Amino acid sequence: MLRDGTTWPGRLLIPGLCIVIAGLSVASLQLGSVTLPSGVVLRALFGLGDAADVVIVQELRLPRTLLAILIGATLGLAGAALQGLLRNPLAAPSVFGAPSAAALGAVIAIVTGLANALSFMLPVAAIAGALLSVGVLFGLAGFGGNILTLLLAGLALSSLASAGVSLALNLAPNPFAALEIAFWLLGSLEDRSFRHIVLAAPFMAFAWIILLANRNVLTVLTLGEDVAATSGVNLPRLRLATMAGVAAGVGSAVAVSGVIGFVGLMTPHLVRPLVGHDPARVHVPAMLAGAALLLAADALARIIPASSEIRIGVLTSIVGVPFFIWLVVQRRRRDLLQAVD
Amino acid sequence: MTLTSDAVTVRLQDRTLVDRASLTLDPGEMVALLGPNGAGKTTLLRALCGLLPHAGSVRWQGAALPIHDRKQRAKLMVYLPQGHVAHWPISVRDAVAIGRFPHASTLSRLSPTDHAAIDQALAATDAMQLADRDITTLSGGERARVLLARALAVDAPVLLADEPIAALDPVHQLAMANVLRELARSGRAVLAVVHDLAIASRFADRVIIMSDGVLVGDGPPADVLSDETLARVFGVSVKRLRDGDRDVVIAWEAMPATASTQID
Repeated sequence: MLRDGTTWPGRLLIPGLCIVIAGLSVASLQLGSVTLPSGVVLRALFGLGDAADVVIVQELRLPRTLLAILIGATLGLAGAALQGLLRNPLAAPSVFGAPSAAALGAVIAIVTGLANALSFMLPVAAIAGALLSVGVLFGLAGFGGNILTLLLAGLALSSLASAGVSLALNLAPNPFAALEIAFWLLGSLEDRSFRHIVLAAPFMAFAWIILLANRNVLTVLTLGEDVAATSGVNLPRLRLATMAGVAAGVGSAVAVSGVIGFVGLMTPHLVRPLVGHDPARVHVPAMLAGAALLLAADALARIIPASSEIRIGVLTSIVGVPFFIWLVVQRRRRDLLQAVD
Repeated sequence: MTLTSDAVTVRLQDRTLVDRASLTLDPGEMVALLGPNGAGKTTLLRALCGLLPHAGSVRWQGAALPIHDRKQRAKLMVYLPQGHVAHWPISVRDAVAIGRFPHASTLSRLSPTDHAAIDQALAATDAMQLADRDITTLSGGERARVLLARALAVDAPVLLADEPIAALDPVHQLAMANVLRELARSGRAVLAVVHDLAIASRFADRVIIMSDGVLVGDGPPADVLSDETLARVFGVSVKRLRDGDRDVVIAWEAMPATASTQID
């Protein structure tokens, strides 16, 4: 951002990620109970070719592919925004309890039968859960509160929401309801339609606008909150905007796909070295990397032979947890080096 | 071009951390703020630059400081905090460029004026050769210089620096003190928290002494740094080294604790 001579991987990053997303999107549209050749998929996208193929591609597979892109981008963006705000590479939306609270909202909708009666109540309840958690978070920690207080309050809320989900499972009226909740919690993009996109899109658009609009000031936070505040950054407003954006984005993502962890944690790391570690420049590449990651995970979930489809949330966690451990080890090594210095 | 603090008071619950601190800072002045640990020096600095809610007023050229226009305030006064934090491994040039934030609409498009200010700040702190280094890999002394460069890049008329000289080796202490004095000579007002009596008495035009939240002395080092005051506030006896027309004060020996200097 500030440097004139960005290295070549940095310049190629965004176009490169776009090409990867395009390739993965075509692959994603090819996969399903019938594997279609890429030529057929591309023609069907524009309504050409066999009518059955057009229906399969446009109505059955396109929503899933688009949702993978939208949700991946939103989670990557939320991770980049939170890590920038907290100046901590281990921060993730889950730290603030937003995904758990969104899951709790959704589970309540399932248990009470609201989701069955009115399908749009599921995303609405999830987003309400995420927004409520952010509201309570600021009620507990205050707008001017420090980051540690926010993190502790987030941890408390996250635990409470998880306990609520467990309680719902515990009290589920019948095994089928419990199974429905359990599977929904694992996260999946199976059988999603354009209705899901329409429900989530406004909240995601809000998240994208608010998080991208606030990204430039994050560079100033690199030198600490005192420097930022005395340089003209409105910290309480930045915190509020970021939390609201993350809640809307993560809430709507959880609402349509269930809990898909670690995408928000990982993607900023994958792109950060390529943009000179400037927290303001991580956002857009992190969105693209998140979209690519989720497209790949969703394709993988369909390819892996299993008795029932592997849930995408399970896949991202299997990849994400070792990544998280690697981050912790890296950090420890760095702290040791600094202690010697 | 004077910064005036009028009875600035900071309370935390039932404790008064800064009690009716009134002072003025004029351009061209290098002022050292001295006081024992816990006297409220950092709190006073933070209140002056708007980081802490306080009673009393801070005025610039007689008018109240803009509270809501944060960037306007940031252009008047720059704060150099203690601790020298840098959370991301960004380049030194990018870190110094942060000083241009109050002026630039966005750091991604800096004007030639901004770049000139950054270069000047890097040159003034002798950090030009560090420009492309990763800030987290710098030594303590290098990082202190770079963060001072960030503060200089703001080009504000007032610099409030919290222990800019602490944790530096002798060469860098002297270099840093020289940069601050040069800054004052160029027409800025500099208020720096300093613990080293020798540095304060040698480099400062004026010394302000703070004790238990109260300003107990304000004036030229020769007037304020009397044996009696130093014994009462710091609990030390001193030796003096004559240098030209100045006495350089060296803290020599801790005095036996009395009622006024007990350690709590």
